[in-house]
Amino acid sequence: MNLTLYVWRQKSPAEKGDFVRYEARDINPDMSFLEMLDVVNEMLLARGEEPIAFDHDCREGICGMCGFMINGIAHGPQRGTTVCQLHMRHFKDGDTLYLEPWRAKAFPVIRDLVVDRSAFDRIIQAGGFISVSTGGAPEANSIPIPKEDQELAMDAAECIGCGACVAACPNASAMLFTAAKISHLGLLPQGQPERYQRVLTMVQRMEREGFGSCTNIGECEAACPKRISLEFIARMNRDYLKASILKAKAGRLAVKRREG
Amino acid sequence: MELNAKVPSGPIEQKWDRHRFELKLVNPANKRRYSIIVVGTGLAGASAAASLAELGYQVRCFCYQDSPRRAHSIAAQGGINAAKNYRNDGDSIYRLFYDTVKGGDYRSREANVYRLAQISVNIIDQCVAQGVPFAREYSGLLDTRSFGGAQVSRTFYCRGQTGQQLLLGAYQALERQIAIGAVTMFPRTEMLDLVVVDGQARGIVTRNLVTGRVESHAADAVVLATGGYGNAYYLSTNAKGCNVTAIWRAYKRGAGFANPCYTQIHPTCIPVSGEYQSKLTLMSESLRNDGRIWVPKQPGDSRPPEQIPEEERDYYLERMYPSYGNLVPRDVGSRAAKRVCDEGRGVGPGGLGVYLDFRDAIQRLGVNVIEERYGNLFEMYERITGENPYQTPMRIYPAIHYTMGGLWVDYNLMSTIPGLYVIGEANFSDHGANRLGASALMQGLADGYFILPYTIGDYLAGTKLPKVDTTHAAFKQVETEVNERTNRLLGIKGKRSVDSFHRELGKILWDYCGMSRTATGLKQALDMIPSLREEFWHNVLVPGHNEELNQALEKAGRVADFMEFAELMCRDALERNESCGAHFREEYQTPEGEPLRDDLNYCHAAVWESTGMDKLPILHKELLTFEYVSLTQRSYK
Repeated sequence: MNLTLYVWRQKSPAEKGDFVRYEARDINPDMSFLEMLDVVNEMLLARGEEPIAFDHDCREGICGMCGFMINGIAHGPQRGTTVCQLHMRHFKDGDTLYLEPWRAKAFPVIRDLVVDRSAFDRIIQAGGFISVSTGGAPEANSIPIPKEDQELAMDAAECIGCGACVAACPNASAMLFTAAKISHLGLLPQGQPERYQRVLTMVQRMEREGFGSCTNIGECEAACPKRISLEFIARMNRDYLKASILKAKAGRLAVKRREG
Repeated sequence: MELNAKVPSGPIEQKWDRHRFELKLVNPANKRRYSIIVVGTGLAGASAAASLAELGYQVRCFCYQDSPRRAHSIAAQGGINAAKNYRNDGDSIYRLFYDTVKGGDYRSREANVYRLAQISVNIIDQCVAQGVPFAREYSGLLDTRSFGGAQVSRTFYCRGQTGQQLLLGAYQALERQIAIGAVTMFPRTEMLDLVVVDGQARGIVTRNLVTGRVESHAADAVVLATGGYGNAYYLSTNAKGCNVTAIWRAYKRGAGFANPCYTQIHPTCIPVSGEYQSKLTLMSESLRNDGRIWVPKQPGDSRPPEQIPEEERDYYLERMYPSYGNLVPRDVGSRAAKRVCDEGRGVGPGGLGVYLDFRDAIQRLGVNVIEERYGNLFEMYERITGENPYQTPMRIYPAIHYTMGGLWVDYNLMSTIPGLYVIGEANFSDHGANRLGASALMQGLADGYFILPYTIGDYLAGTKLPKVDTTHAAFKQVETEVNERTNRLLGIKGKRSVDSFHRELGKILWDYCGMSRTATGLKQALDMIPSLREEFWHNVLVPGHNEELNQALEKAGRVADFMEFAELMCRDALERNESCGAHFREEYQTPEGEPLRDDLNYCHAAVWESTGMDKLPILHKELLTFEYVSLTQRSYK
């Protein structure tokens, strides 16, 4: 099959980018989308041009490194799939495809389709963990966890941190990513001691990084290659509200104690 | 080169405890004066960096990906072994030790393996405390499943994403240390060389992959957790960026490289579909718990699988190995698949595939149970092949997956260069000539959480470490060499792309140093590789500049190292005149086609010492002694 591609080319963060048209010829329908780009890059090399830069690593949909917009849809048209697992059999001969990097203030473009997602790491640094150091952990079976809780925590923990939720959201919100980690840890008994502190610091960090707010559109869930549910955002909001009230109450108590 | 394994004395059950007591300690207040570099953020690297920072050391951590969470441990699917004996099915530390030594075909170091089995139980505790959502039973207690090479159920798992969840646990521990400033993280930064000052590893030279800046980093010790070298074959289950560069550079600076020819071929991968193929995808070994492997009895039978009646199917693993059946170790399963395909009974395009069939399991357990156990794997299979494995059997074929060889380390995980530690897949220590399923995660975390944090302290406390910083001449020298190499690659401006060279190298290795090897083939490969390397350095095309994100340049550096390393791999395979584990030399087999070891002459780790470019390396041997497990012909019948 043959395709026409319009690919976003941008040499560096400082320079202006633009769409450049390429023809992808003799594409095998069994190729993955990234293998199709490999073929285009070999063609560019042969013509003495610089290949298209795109992030990728495991190519089996789990590392979360790959991702860009295909005709305005994060990771392309197949639901629950990263671009590395998207195969060309889902496209038709003669299709025209526009490839763009994730667009969000908090994800600056580095080059072509590559963006800087370090904001996600900083959200995790703000509390996306259980503060247990190595050694001294209790015997694993001393904490029974109901199977349903563990399954739900696992649903949230499946997030691969690719950033599609942010790219799909008209507000470039990182609520789904942040909520997934808060829910994963908050659903487990081990995560309880830090549960309310965690939601406050992570949400605060998320806002400081320049992500937008959630207006319940649901594009994030639709674009998520791991189908992380919007319900986790509701769970996070509930925890956030409770944490804010608890904090205010704790503050008032502290004032009372000081004033005797 | 002296190979002193430093295995502690005493009964095997007491070695590690006694050794931990004998190791020198660094006073808590002094720990912050020591700085440690950790390269790689997979299970081994992330767990080590976090644990060392928790102890108080100054840690700097490096990865080539954009975030430490993306290291390739994340792709491990099936599970992690631990001798918890929750099932009451006869498991014990000793049995895990025994299974691992036997599975490795008696080519690993007994004391290391015993320690690994001991620590396995602590790993599960640690990970549960971190919030790793392991699968549970309705009681709320942890569930387990079976894996190849074991007759007990000791594998803990998180659906089909165990590696992901364990890595996120370690990553979160690491991010916690980054947040408090105990670890400085350098993502999108690749180590390009090791710096040795007065015989001690004192730092690394890196390239910032975004700006191209070459930088030096000095420290008191360097830890390599940079994974395996399976990508030498081009097509493997490894991530595209996995490479040999860090350990190869260390080898060239004096670290011994052990058993490079031990490369594991995983029996259950999705077959190659065309020339454009960029990587191979694994289907977890756990599928062999419920899937049955078969091929048609008649060569050339091209009917669709559903139309082949029961009596015309050959469930060859169940037939050949009745006691382990579909759960034989990986090397055995892979070779059997190759054999039936060589007989012309393979299925799918090109006849390079066998069926992995869930029909009986679905009838027995229902679709829902199978979906709960393997849903994401089935979905992944369908996405890649366009076929629905609930309705038609999967087609699978062996592929390069893991490398047991790596830098030689002593019992303390230190290489032959003082101050250079090597952990996880990057070292050679625990899996012998064949790794059992669900043991890689166990080893990575054992090294990082529970072994290195003890042993590195002993080195720091007991070694004179003169003050060295990056202004030292050794750093300047290495930086110059790194820059020269980059400029050379950029200056060739040849005609062929890096990928085309890598593909060609991979094909040589797969044909001559793959699932089965012969002296004639290996000699041929040893002729072909240097001439391909010669062509590479004259005709490779690397566009662009150094001072930018240049993915072609990154690849070129890695492939250049694979070109050198491939030769050592073939040399090692040629030198080992026996078959053991994953290393199968056609000349050495039993009448039934099983590998034939030669314990009299080859019961050793082959450790290679570099003598410089274009000179033959020197072979050293660490003799392996087996005091607890007796050497027998491995049998899974």
